[in-house]
Amino acid sequence: MSDLVEPVQGHSKGASFINDPKVRSIGLQLVALILVVVFGWMFMENARDNLAAQKIATGFGFLDNTAGFGISQTLIPYTETSTYGRAFVVGLLNTILVAVVGIFLATIIGFLVGIGRLSKNFVVRLISTTYVEVLRNLPPLFQILFWYLAVLSALPSPRDSISLFGEVFLSNRGIIIPRPLFGDGYGIVLWAIGLALLLAILFGHWAAGRQEETGRRLPVLWINLAMLIGIPLIAMIVTGFPITFERPELKGFNFAGGMRVIPEFVALTLALATYTAAFIAENVRAGIQSVSHGQTEAAHSLGLRNGPTLRLVIIPQAMRVIIPPLTSQYLNLTKNSSLAVGIGYPDLVAVFAGTSLNQTGQAIEIIAITMGVYLLLSIITAFIMNAYNKRVALVER
Amino acid sequence: MSMTFDDGTFIRTEMVTPLPPPVRRVGAIGWMRENLFSSVLNTMLTIVGILAVLWLVPPLVRFMLIDAVWTGENREACLGPGVGACWPFIKAKFGQLIYGFYPIDQRWRPNIVFAAGLVLMVPLLVPSWPLKRLNSLLFFVAYPIIAFVLLTGGNINASAFLFERFGLVHAITGDVTVAGVNVAFWVDYVLTALLVMAVVGGLIAALGGNGRAAARAAMWVFLAFGALVLVWDIDFGLSYVETRQWGGLLVTLVIAVTGIVASLPLGILLALGRRSQMPIVRLLSVIFIEFWRGVPLITVLFFATYMLPLFLPQGTNPDALLRALVGVALFSAAYMAEVVRGGLQAISKGQYEGAMAMGLTWSQMMRLIILPQALTLVIPGIVNSFISLFKDTTLVLIVSIFDFLGQLRASFTDPNWASPVTLYTGFAFAGLVYFLFCFGMSRYSLFVERRLNTSHRH
Repeated sequence: MSDLVEPVQGHSKGASFINDPKVRSIGLQLVALILVVVFGWMFMENARDNLAAQKIATGFGFLDNTAGFGISQTLIPYTETSTYGRAFVVGLLNTILVAVVGIFLATIIGFLVGIGRLSKNFVVRLISTTYVEVLRNLPPLFQILFWYLAVLSALPSPRDSISLFGEVFLSNRGIIIPRPLFGDGYGIVLWAIGLALLLAILFGHWAAGRQEETGRRLPVLWINLAMLIGIPLIAMIVTGFPITFERPELKGFNFAGGMRVIPEFVALTLALATYTAAFIAENVRAGIQSVSHGQTEAAHSLGLRNGPTLRLVIIPQAMRVIIPPLTSQYLNLTKNSSLAVGIGYPDLVAVFAGTSLNQTGQAIEIIAITMGVYLLLSIITAFIMNAYNKRVALVER
Repeated sequence: MSMTFDDGTFIRTEMVTPLPPPVRRVGAIGWMRENLFSSVLNTMLTIVGILAVLWLVPPLVRFMLIDAVWTGENREACLGPGVGACWPFIKAKFGQLIYGFYPIDQRWRPNIVFAAGLVLMVPLLVPSWPLKRLNSLLFFVAYPIIAFVLLTGGNINASAFLFERFGLVHAITGDVTVAGVNVAFWVDYVLTALLVMAVVGGLIAALGGNGRAAARAAMWVFLAFGALVLVWDIDFGLSYVETRQWGGLLVTLVIAVTGIVASLPLGILLALGRRSQMPIVRLLSVIFIEFWRGVPLITVLFFATYMLPLFLPQGTNPDALLRALVGVALFSAAYMAEVVRGGLQAISKGQYEGAMAMGLTWSQMMRLIILPQALTLVIPGIVNSFISLFKDTTLVLIVSIFDFLGQLRASFTDPNWASPVTLYTGFAFAGLVYFLFCFGMSRYSLFVERRLNTSHRH
């Protein structure tokens, strides 16, 4: 037997210290760190030389310089004499506008289509499935260009524009909507709207508490609706209708008055909303399917009808599964809004990383700021998401 | 068939044949009542849905097929009233949409690349076919090199490696070239390799390690890299086609495939780094991954186009397509890392412990036990990230690289084909192409998922 067990040789002198896992781990990390530092330093040196050779200024001083270009959609006052800093804010606000409107639309469409995919109705299911498969499998930029070039440009000229109720006009120049005019005392109306919102929230809480205690339910929806419409209406009447709407009118070849929503905005928002909705629909479907059928059966055997079963049993549990991917879809939509540059909508990337970069040549600062904004958005979303996940996570044992 | 007793009791001995179910519950009518008209709301939805389908589908079919123009030389053919899709436009622009401005007499080169890609990819995708290891080696290593040589023409001018930078080799060898290969460079390369091998081996041996193994490892790295450069250096007699002339589907596929081929090894490394016990390595990996995942691809392309050249030494002016490729590769590597990490996390701890108990080193454990299982698990994830990469390649048109969509957009401006239906024809064709690619891949990923999903079978 002894010849089978050979004495281990070579290690008798004690293994070299470089075979010690600890030493290896520290050595490897040192190498990684040194590589990163060396490459970083090399990049910095190169960048400094290149910038000096091309006579490009460095630093963030350019933000105070006059931008000198116009922007087609500005939510805050902006002229060609404004600074690059102001242009940055304008672009950022435009990005946020697309993101907010897009998210709002995408959520509605996404939930409708997602529920539609689980419908018992064959036609609804067919349409929903087709919607998801087609929209999900076409590149978003393709869809944006399609909306912009093929749909909106094909609308008639302002003279023959499509009118909706004589108030809203669709044409190839965009959508013209009535412009709200704020007269004296409109502040009171705004306060009234705020008050109504606050009251509605408080009433909802109180009604929920009452239901917990007494089991009696109040018609919360109707009372809240009455408050939300009634209070501002009373305020309007009392102050003598300070908020009026200026109706767009066709004069010559274009519209006078009213507010113009530029076609770039419409195309971008619609394309992003419908594209993201396809993904949201899949998340919604997966979320609803993740609630086991036993929950429905249990709710039915407790005597709940279909509506309350869905509202009180299925959806609260499905939301736990739906919300994390939903947030990442919202983030995707926000990031995809940078495709605006493809059709010339003045978003953050188009205004700042596009025009401003071309004019100043300060690529490092501008791209760093642009990326920083998106990174910040991602980090904030991630934090909120983690907090939410902790709150709703199932506590087992 | 019944029995009647004396007291009048009647017992039936045979069952009456059951009546058929009511017509309204079975067959087409029953199905419709159940699925289409079970309630007022449902009925309304059905009617609205059918109206929507009727409003959308027949005009689409009419536009694409019935009213479509199939032959013609220029816009004249597609000008008539009520004309549908202008297919001659696509036929005329087909070459551009596929190859861009790649020289027409050289189009056989992309064709070979397409065909070779197909021949290598199909067996890789069919799970039951043998020789997966050889096949993936061919597809992921040999194919990109061959494709690069074929598409660009190869014959890069490798001139100086290390010693030559100090003018040490040229003086001895002179300007000798063999088959487009500069001998000075290769003498330089071999000398550098020997030097590095000696230094690495000596250093490790001095520290008490296995110097010979370290030197051998260095040699393999130099051999592999040398083989790569040699193939690109040899003059095969192919004319040089600069990447500015590439375009269309060719560029779309080049970017997507390069992105996935480059991001796979990078992503695996990053995923391993993120799961590593070493804090600095883990931190660096997390920063890298989260950074690229947090920014939109378009800013990455802007970064690659405007910022990257500033970071490189003066005078180096990398090709526009190459810069975009670097950006896309870094971007997709971050996403790939997360996909691979999902696979690594799905491997049970017992596998790691088993491998360690067998006395395998870390790299053996990863190479032989963990990664084969983890990567098989994430094939659907890899295919899905390929789909999103494929869709994302369209963004390169913003940094003026003409991919499929970019070529399409450019073709709209041709006055020879300016007609009211040109735009719609182009979008219909491009939409069909993108849809077929993405839909096909998503079906494949579902198929693999179902194959891998063994847990729910009873």
